[in-house]
Amino acid sequence: MNVWQFMLHHHAEVAELTLQHLWLVAVSTALAVLIGIPLGILIARRPVLNKPILGSANIIQTIPSLALFGFLLPAPWIGERADRLAILALTLYALLPLIRNTYTGIKGVDPAVVEAGRGMGMTDSQLLWQVQLPLALSVIVAGVRVAAVISVGLATIAAAIGAGGLGEYIFRGLAMVNNQVILAGAIPAAGLAILADVSLGWLERRLSPR
Amino acid sequence: MTDPADNVAVEFRNVSYHLNGTRELLHNVSITVRRGETLVLLGRSGSGKTTTLKLINHLLEPSEGEILVNGQSTREWDVIRLRRMIGYVIQEVGLFPHFNVARNIGLVPQIEDWPVSRIQQRVEELMQLVGLDRQLASRYPRELSGGQRQRVGVARALAADPPILLMDEPFGALDPITRAELQREFLALQKRLQKTVVFVTHDLREALLLGTRIALIESGRLVALHTPEEFLYSKEAMVAAYVDAFGFESDLRKRGQP
Repeated sequence: MNVWQFMLHHHAEVAELTLQHLWLVAVSTALAVLIGIPLGILIARRPVLNKPILGSANIIQTIPSLALFGFLLPAPWIGERADRLAILALTLYALLPLIRNTYTGIKGVDPAVVEAGRGMGMTDSQLLWQVQLPLALSVIVAGVRVAAVISVGLATIAAAIGAGGLGEYIFRGLAMVNNQVILAGAIPAAGLAILADVSLGWLERRLSPR
Repeated sequence: MTDPADNVAVEFRNVSYHLNGTRELLHNVSITVRRGETLVLLGRSGSGKTTTLKLINHLLEPSEGEILVNGQSTREWDVIRLRRMIGYVIQEVGLFPHFNVARNIGLVPQIEDWPVSRIQQRVEELMQLVGLDRQLASRYPRELSGGQRQRVGVARALAADPPILLMDEPFGALDPITRAELQREFLALQKRLQKTVVFVTHDLREALLLGTRIALIESGRLVALHTPEEFLYSKEAMVAAYVDAFGFESDLRKRGQP
């Protein structure tokens, strides 16, 4: 039986694990957007906070994913369910690209444009919402794209703590020393990564400042 | 020379400005801008002209001395209110690239919460005033010529009808023909609107053409303040040097004499 026959034969399970995978990635990326963008805006405005916040996000990024799942296990409420745990870990990993790209995007807006806005009497929040964020949007979306693609890969490891997703097949295949089963997890995961990359890449180009 | 207080729009009182407390960009400048005049700040690059301009709308804060706008120190003004009554035109880069022409021009009315219909009406009025075709309203800055962009910049600064206008080398990046055209239109416009204008340039011809008075700034110091005629025939060393540098000695000075 080759991998395609295997996937066809188990299509219901493949679909379920793919959806689980997508769910883990989508929720964690959305949470990272909700936390990371405001943090990026914050450090663009308060340079003092730049080092501690970017530094922390950097350090989280260096923790091996399996170890991070382990560290989070004793956390109350989170530790009770494997998918919560996986989502938290994936969110933490996705923070760095989001914070950094939001910061870089805002700092990259032409200073002359910002000064013109300020000179015409725009308040800080008007400048942020009407000038800086719209002009930084494509860079921010590029950060979401990086975060989503990384999450698709990392989420396969979530299966190790029982959070489901396409990692199930990969770990199962590893245990069975069966390449077909590994590929049945790896191919849809690669497909999801490409899908995320292409769709967010399209959005990024559409939002590029004229 | 003294002016009655109600005739003064902007007054610099012994103003100095230091960058980060070290390099002195402006030294002890005192000058008044009268209502309805076009005061040209003339000087070479890095002389402190733009610094002077940015002190007026409080983009920069004076290190010493104070600047009074309508009799009140810029330190005491609500900075947002101050800036909204001062139009600001900078070289073409200052237009918002993600706003079309109409939104760029209507920016100050929009942040002042005017009703949409009134903003639209005002934008149309202004486009006509500065000689922009109505069809350009939906274009983006990158789709315009340099001259058109500059007109948008002027229209945007005039949008909320501010009594004071700051212009920082507004025509500097234009080709000579377009520049001459815009200078003529500026004169016609200024005759009608009678704004108080502070105009920064390094171009002596532009200063002589547009200025009611010309202030020569050199290394952060105000070195001369004259009407264009006085300026052209001044015997002061620095003024004469500036005039000579433009080759006026040979041609215009002679031609200007009866």
